[in-house]
Amino acid sequence: MLSKRLIICLDVRDGRTTKGIRFLDNVDVGDPVAMARQYYEEGCDELVFYDITASSDRRDIMIDVVRRVAAQIFIPFSVGGGIRTLDDMRAVLLAGAEKVSVNSAAVKNPKIIAAGARDFGSQCIVLGMDVKQVEAGAAIPSGYEVVINGGRTPMGLDALWWAQEGERLGAGEICLNSIDADGTQTGYELTLTRIISQAVSIPVIASGGAGTPEHLAQVLTAGQADAALIASMVHYGAYSIKDIKDYLHQRGIPVRLVW
Amino acid sequence: MVVIIDYDAGNLTSVERSLRALGEAPLVTPEAETVLRASRVVFPGVGAAGAAMATLKSRGLDEALQGVFARGIPILGICLGAQIILEASEENDAPCLGLLPGRTRALPRRAGLKIPHMGWNRVRFLREHPVFRGLPEGAEFYFVHSYFPDPADPALVLGATHHGVDFPSAVGGRNLVATQFHPEKSGRFGLQILKNFLAWDGAGAQ
Repeated sequence: MLSKRLIICLDVRDGRTTKGIRFLDNVDVGDPVAMARQYYEEGCDELVFYDITASSDRRDIMIDVVRRVAAQIFIPFSVGGGIRTLDDMRAVLLAGAEKVSVNSAAVKNPKIIAAGARDFGSQCIVLGMDVKQVEAGAAIPSGYEVVINGGRTPMGLDALWWAQEGERLGAGEICLNSIDADGTQTGYELTLTRIISQAVSIPVIASGGAGTPEHLAQVLTAGQADAALIASMVHYGAYSIKDIKDYLHQRGIPVRLVW
Repeated sequence: MVVIIDYDAGNLTSVERSLRALGEAPLVTPEAETVLRASRVVFPGVGAAGAAMATLKSRGLDEALQGVFARGIPILGICLGAQIILEASEENDAPCLGLLPGRTRALPRRAGLKIPHMGWNRVRFLREHPVFRGLPEGAEFYFVHSYFPDPADPALVLGATHHGVDFPSAVGGRNLVATQFHPEKSGRFGLQILKNFLAWDGAGAQ
């Protein structure tokens, strides 16, 4: 039976992680490669590197991070943030990432999904979606709208429609982030996750709101997510990957327990 | 010399990197002549069977693979490389290499079953094989695929996995072994499989 995946997200700016205080003893705090290696050894199923480097002329730093991660971490990892063109995708994939995540670039230019799927295969293309709850209406029948710029810019796109359109265009997976839940640590947006997961046949990663293992259990059962993305929960040492997986296992959720 | 066959079917760098991490210096090549000189061949790949076969043929790699298979050189197929070693694929009805009898089939499509099968899953190993030695109970491997290899002879099925249906996830015969999952992305136990392959003399399952 397919295990539910526990995916850890590392935000990287100018080649350094922006969160994380628990690696004080033997790991360079802030080095994404060292942190990734630690999480790999602790049983993380997959990693996401989210590049929040502002200036595009420093993108090579991220490529170097990807290359170093790929040389010593043998689980899948994806890179998101600032992926705008096929060349951006190619650079990240050739450096050793398994997948690339496109978010606002795909909203502005949906063809990038199809082009990426054609050139690199659907399995490489993750559609990242930032979503906000709004009043349901003619334009947004599901009551969930696609937003960009960290939630500041509504795009007038229904999230349910966009997820299905992304699948049709060739995305191999959806990473669904609730802007409302993001950063709250009070739980994932279960309704949003469930309706999107039911509407597509490709896997859905739930993101935003994780604070406790119970939250992961909820989104992987009631929310019908295939994977759960976490960050602060583990970066600040509140939980270990093993704590979380043991809890999910006790709740009868299939997870990878041997690594 | 360990050779990784390059036929424009996806990202080969992760296979190359994992072999490097094991102390090997593999050569990635699109050339049939180089493949024919290999002492060991890795045949990875993702993507569609039809397009992959067309590229293999245009480079003479189909005959090179048949040649090294006939000579007993150890071959490891991964993902698409575990599918196009069979005679044909349901994916666009593509004729394939025919190193082993059988066909590649599609995973069932039904409500609630996510396709592609993406993520970590167990493999029930059905036969002793040198390449799958030393793996603990409960080990899981990383999959990403919508089709699977279905050999005509059950003796060629070395391991099975469940996703909607039970499907062969490790197959092999003689000097050929192949996994539908990605050992290069399957952590320590995936590396163990690659290490076993590097030490394997090509004598098959028994």
